[in-house]
Amino acid sequence: MKKDGLIQALLLQSGYNATLVTLGAMALGMAMGAVGAFLFLRRRSLVPDAMAHATLPGVGIAFLVMVALGGEGRFLPGLLLGAGLSALLGLWVLQSLVRGTRLPEDAAIGIVLSTFYGAGIVLLTYIQGLGAGRQAGLEGFLLGSTAGMLREDVLLIAWGGALVIAALVALRRLLVMVAFDPGYAQVMGVRPAWVDAALMVLVLAVVLLGIRVVGAILVVALLITPAVAARMWTDRVGIMAVVAAGIGGAAGYGGAVLSAALPGVPTGPMIVMLAFAAFVLSAIFAPRRGVIGRWRQGRAL
Amino acid sequence: MTALSIDTLSVRYGAVTVVEQVSADFPAGAMTAIVGPNGAGKSSLLKAALGVVPKAGGHALFFGKPLAQVRAKVAYMPQRASVDWDFPIRVIDVVLMGMQRELGLLRPVRAADRAWAMECLARVGLTEFAKRQIGALSGGQQQRVFLARALAQRASLYLLDEPFAGVDAKTEAAIVSVLQALRDEGAAVVAVHHDLASVPLWFDRVVLLNRHVIAAGAVSEVFTPEALRETYGGALPPVLAV
Repeated sequence: MKKDGLIQALLLQSGYNATLVTLGAMALGMAMGAVGAFLFLRRRSLVPDAMAHATLPGVGIAFLVMVALGGEGRFLPGLLLGAGLSALLGLWVLQSLVRGTRLPEDAAIGIVLSTFYGAGIVLLTYIQGLGAGRQAGLEGFLLGSTAGMLREDVLLIAWGGALVIAALVALRRLLVMVAFDPGYAQVMGVRPAWVDAALMVLVLAVVLLGIRVVGAILVVALLITPAVAARMWTDRVGIMAVVAAGIGGAAGYGGAVLSAALPGVPTGPMIVMLAFAAFVLSAIFAPRRGVIGRWRQGRAL
Repeated sequence: MTALSIDTLSVRYGAVTVVEQVSADFPAGAMTAIVGPNGAGKSSLLKAALGVVPKAGGHALFFGKPLAQVRAKVAYMPQRASVDWDFPIRVIDVVLMGMQRELGLLRPVRAADRAWAMECLARVGLTEFAKRQIGALSGGQQQRVFLARALAQRASLYLLDEPFAGVDAKTEAAIVSVLQALRDEGAAVVAVHHDLASVPLWFDRVVLLNRHVIAAGAVSEVFTPEALRETYGGALPPVLAV
């Protein structure tokens, strides 16, 4: 019975809703993998972790505002708007800390991440105490949940992911140039600060699309893990971004399928574990940068 | 014609002034060396002129205009140590970066672009390395990749930051002959340089710099032991016991 359920889910035959969720998770994984490749090369991989944790207070506040206005508190676009504003605030605080206090970025990330996360938990716990059942699903923003996702939610993720990938294609040369050699890029008339800002907008977009599915705590994994796994296989940025998108998409697809087929298994952690499995396989088997490849090169010398 | 004119340029990092009120002209059709001791502000002078680091005062004009109006004519070769050579990119793709202003955002790289990039690689003797990842090259070869990228731009002014730092003899000869060919075609070549002995051999002009300009002009006129002693504060490297 269970096995049949898994095969059905794999073949996208577990029903209309499960199929939509699976496709949405796949689109999300692809977009996050592709953005993550460029973020990794720019050495900013931890910034989205602060950004994602900083979404939580915004989710709580947006819920309270929408309920106070007499609306449906779980309206996803409204929650995402709150999450986005809150993440931007977090990003602003992060940059102010780095510029204003000369704090190294990793320390500033630690402060922003934990403080916003704490505020988010306080708010979400308070909302849970309100009872009334209208808050059901908000805890999905912590660890991700595809239960109760609507068709519109999935379409939002798919279209958002497609737009992000299109933007990456358009900006790819500038992103590569600024990541490789920002000083040279500047002399060529490319403004590194603007390119970095554009990259952060794309990162924010995929984080917002991702927190509902993977959760604020784990969403950064889908940006970093497929990118580092892809880096093992190739020495070309373009191919690396495509491979990272493939790994992210496969992890999204597999994670959604497994959590649909196995009762009680949460989607986000499952997706993250699959991405990590792809990384482990890459780190072992990649021809030149993997463990086996390096061992053989060592022997050949 | 003056390719680059620097006027009372100053650079400060925090409270430290590394370049103070420097004025210098760099003519077309000449190779100019900027020399001076470590920390004399040689690289900072170039970077500030190009807007890579902020100017604390003064300005720089390229062919009589602000850089933003003539970027296509100005090629820059940064120090090799300024980038991560493990970056996942091939040699040919680094050279194609020099054509970014023609390629723009969306135009695909055409066969003609690739052929020109290959020609630039041939001029620095790296044809067979085009498809290697840049980290697989030696330091001298990496330096030549940067030179090929500058060549790909078809510029009229070449600003090079330590092009001969830590390179092998073969690379040194290759870079010199490429730069001399550019000079003979009428381009201006300006290089931050550290090896005093080779200045009279390779360069037409020299700027002696130690935070401010000590002397500037034709090598035969200003590259004197007195001026060098003043630049290096009496502690001349032994190679200069001329």
